[in-house]
Amino acid sequence: MILIEKGHIIDPSQGIDGIGDVLIENGKIKEVNIQSKGQRAKSKEQGAESKSTPIHPYPSRGEGKGGGESLFPEPRVINAEGMFVIPGLIDMHVHLREPGFEYKETIKTGTAAAIRGGFTTVCCMPNTYPINDNASVTEFIIRKALEGLCTVLPIGAITKGQKGKELVEMGTMKDEGCIAFSDDGLPVMNSLIMRRALEYSKAFGLPIISHCEDLTLSEDGVMSEGLLSMTLGLRGIPAEAEQIMVFRDILLAELTRGKLHIAHVSTEGSVKLIRNAKKRGVNVTAETCPHYFSLTEDAVKNYDTNAKVNPPLRTKRDIEAIKEGLKDGTIDVIATDHAPHHRDEKLKEFDLAPPGISGLETALGLSMKLVDEGVLTISQLIEKMSLNPARILGLLTPHLSSLITGPKGTLAKGADADVTIIDTKKEVTVESSKFVSKGKNTPFDGWVLKGVPFMTISKARIYEWR
Amino acid sequence: MLNKDLLGIKELSVEDINLILDTAAGFKDVLGRDIKKVPALRGKTAVNLFFEPSTRTRTSFELAAKRLSTDVINFSVPTSSVVKGESLIDTALTVQALGADFIIIRHSSAGVPHLLAKKLRASVINAGDGTNEHPTQALLDAFTIREKKGRIEGLDIALVGDIIHSRVAKSNIYGLTKLGANVRLIGPPTLIPREMEDFGVGVFHSMEEGLKNVDVVMMLRIQMERQGKGFFPSTEEYSKNWGLTQERLLLAKDDVIVMHPGPMNRGIEISSEIADGPRSVILEQVTNGLAVRMAVMYLLAGVKR
Amino acid sequence: MPKELFNKKDIDRALTRMAHEIIEKNKGTDRLCLVGIQRGGVHLAKRLASKIKEIEKKEIPVGSLDIAFYRDDLNIRKAQAIVRKTDVPFEVTDQKIILVDDVLFTGRSIRAALDALMDLGRPASIQLAVLIDRGHRELPIKADYVGKNIPTSLSENVEVQLEEEGLEDRIILEKIGIKD
Repeated sequence: MILIEKGHIIDPSQGIDGIGDVLIENGKIKEVNIQSKGQRAKSKEQGAESKSTPIHPYPSRGEGKGGGESLFPEPRVINAEGMFVIPGLIDMHVHLREPGFEYKETIKTGTAAAIRGGFTTVCCMPNTYPINDNASVTEFIIRKALEGLCTVLPIGAITKGQKGKELVEMGTMKDEGCIAFSDDGLPVMNSLIMRRALEYSKAFGLPIISHCEDLTLSEDGVMSEGLLSMTLGLRGIPAEAEQIMVFRDILLAELTRGKLHIAHVSTEGSVKLIRNAKKRGVNVTAETCPHYFSLTEDAVKNYDTNAKVNPPLRTKRDIEAIKEGLKDGTIDVIATDHAPHHRDEKLKEFDLAPPGISGLETALGLSMKLVDEGVLTISQLIEKMSLNPARILGLLTPHLSSLITGPKGTLAKGADADVTIIDTKKEVTVESSKFVSKGKNTPFDGWVLKGVPFMTISKARIYEWR
Repeated sequence: MLNKDLLGIKELSVEDINLILDTAAGFKDVLGRDIKKVPALRGKTAVNLFFEPSTRTRTSFELAAKRLSTDVINFSVPTSSVVKGESLIDTALTVQALGADFIIIRHSSAGVPHLLAKKLRASVINAGDGTNEHPTQALLDAFTIREKKGRIEGLDIALVGDIIHSRVAKSNIYGLTKLGANVRLIGPPTLIPREMEDFGVGVFHSMEEGLKNVDVVMMLRIQMERQGKGFFPSTEEYSKNWGLTQERLLLAKDDVIVMHPGPMNRGIEISSEIADGPRSVILEQVTNGLAVRMAVMYLLAGVKR
Repeated sequence: MPKELFNKKDIDRALTRMAHEIIEKNKGTDRLCLVGIQRGGVHLAKRLASKIKEIEKKEIPVGSLDIAFYRDDLNIRKAQAIVRKTDVPFEVTDQKIILVDDVLFTGRSIRAALDALMDLGRPASIQLAVLIDRGHRELPIKADYVGKNIPTSLSENVEVQLEEEGLEDRIILEKIGIKD
């Protein structure tokens, strides 16, 4: 049993925003007590009384699936005074690199990095080696995920080999544990195949996550196209490469009534298209990543490969549009697109270095700046990073799959005890060499971030940092 | 010269450029003597690290180094280091371990000289990185113009051809605008980036318009591969519209000079008569290139580490 | 506070005496050429040539030599050495060259000048004329004709100022930091 007391609890799923206590028992949320400023208190009892209620000892090992022997005769009490207590963050776009690219990251190290960043659930993209385009690779990932420090939910490929030609066995893969499908890393260039994917997936109620990039326009581009790319002599990717595919996918979603989720939105034009589509009632959701509202293309001025990412960093206007999109709900989710690479791979010619930023450990701090700037309230931020991902992936209601036993993205009674406690006063300077992730590739080295996880509770374990 | 490396014209101030050109004048004198050598950089080692094939630039640097009494090593990597298996950084560190004081690098990827300059103690000289810059070419072009015309400021200079893919064009645009010339670009719209207008250069798509009264015409090489990628439909069409002919040259000033970085596609971007004619300074560019490269090495060697 | 060692008249008298010495030692002006070392030596070479012309009624060729490319202190100098013109518009081989410099100090400039001169041809002989010898030689170099010997310390600097440079003709001595 764990008692988190005196924290500022924020649970947008229940409209909770106030000081109170959270009680965890057997790996589930038992109850939430609000003492002040709360809209809806979960329990009538006062805090003091619940503390004195006799409780079962809480298991410190195991999967939190039920009771068990405990090493602690008394409940663990955590003083969260002055800190935010929120449902664990859910990152629906992560590259864990296992199987096949373990030199960049493994499920173990990736989930450790996630925990460090305050994430209790991550969804891993299928561009591994072999690609997760069949049930046996999914099964491998699920098995490996048992060692993971947080919950790992696999995203299956849309097409076999991500070649964009034949659909995968979505039903079988769902049964094995996939919670969505994406060819991320690549778009599905063939419109007919994308149409079929959106149609077919309806049978299983799972979203199609689209990496929107017209490969014929982006060709061998390595940064955003514009004055800077011309000055640096680097081939550019026009914003239209993303927008054209966003538009196409929206129309196909409209046509098929399938469930479309647009990955890593990076341009003003895309935001406008999505806003418009939502107005028309299209079933589309969208995500962006912290680097798209924190950095412009100037970050690659000195050919710094740590700022090389796909889609590329864009302009100030795009940053403003993305912030606006987050504010008015056009963009539902902030995900990391965590893309770790080995140091040697980034120490190369700019053209040859693989794109990607190792983002799990900086996401929360960078996103908290949006709260500081007044773009989002803290409650809205938690929606973007926990509630909405849970909603889109159907994690608010428990699945029949063996992976998920309780709701996530919420602190409602019976939900999985995935909790993040955030210290908003502490300032941390980003030091990539100290990252838990194997990937040290970040353009945010030296940045001072406020709002870092003080403690992350996941899979019946408590992780804390002083 | 502020820095131990020459990465691009972008990084140079007007004073830096003038210092290089003045020093080059001194070296051009040396090249006119019987003994064309000076002991200034005796005992130093220069390494030509060319990842792209090039005979003329490499030979020019090699000779420049030798004229300064420097030892020269030539590393010609046939294609990108990836094929060889050795990483770029490893190759560069190996070269440094051999005692290189100068690394003259040509590579198909922009930013490579910048990467090496950060990692190596040696002076890195950019001999062409992708479509970014080719600073010594622009310096020798500026030297040639200055020598022939007495100045650069206020001159009308036209660059003709494949601007978008030409590092020679980019470096020249940065250099000549810094030195106060009025630069014009002439070519088909597919070969001139829109963003160029932000540089304060004139953009023309017609030779007849663009060449009016210019003091200098600089022709750029048309690369045949571009034809296949939709940049222009055929070399015949290109030549017809943007080739430099005698009639077109008459539109320029009477004392116009014609330049070309080489190698030339005779009959395509430039007619043979002009290439061999009295207005052409193409061969002098080559001689001046030697003097300029000597000046660059001499000045970089004097920079305190 | 710089101290004036030589004024305009002193300089003129010294140059006159040196001109006479040159003519005497070389038994006339046959095959004689003057080469001034940039910058200070160039003006002095021209003045010596005109004095010799006054005395012997003969024109002697005068050239200027830039030694930047022959220096041995490329990395050590505080500032970049400025490259000036080498203009020796006559054949050097078989001639009796008189190198002219304003101040003789460590002797390294003269060593560089010798190398530069030898790359231009094969002189029959090379002699050295300096206006001031301030001592502290680091190489075995000796001047054949000296305007004045001035013993100095390393914390001092001798500067020759000439009309051709837009200043008054004079030689000053000033205290500086330790020579680096």
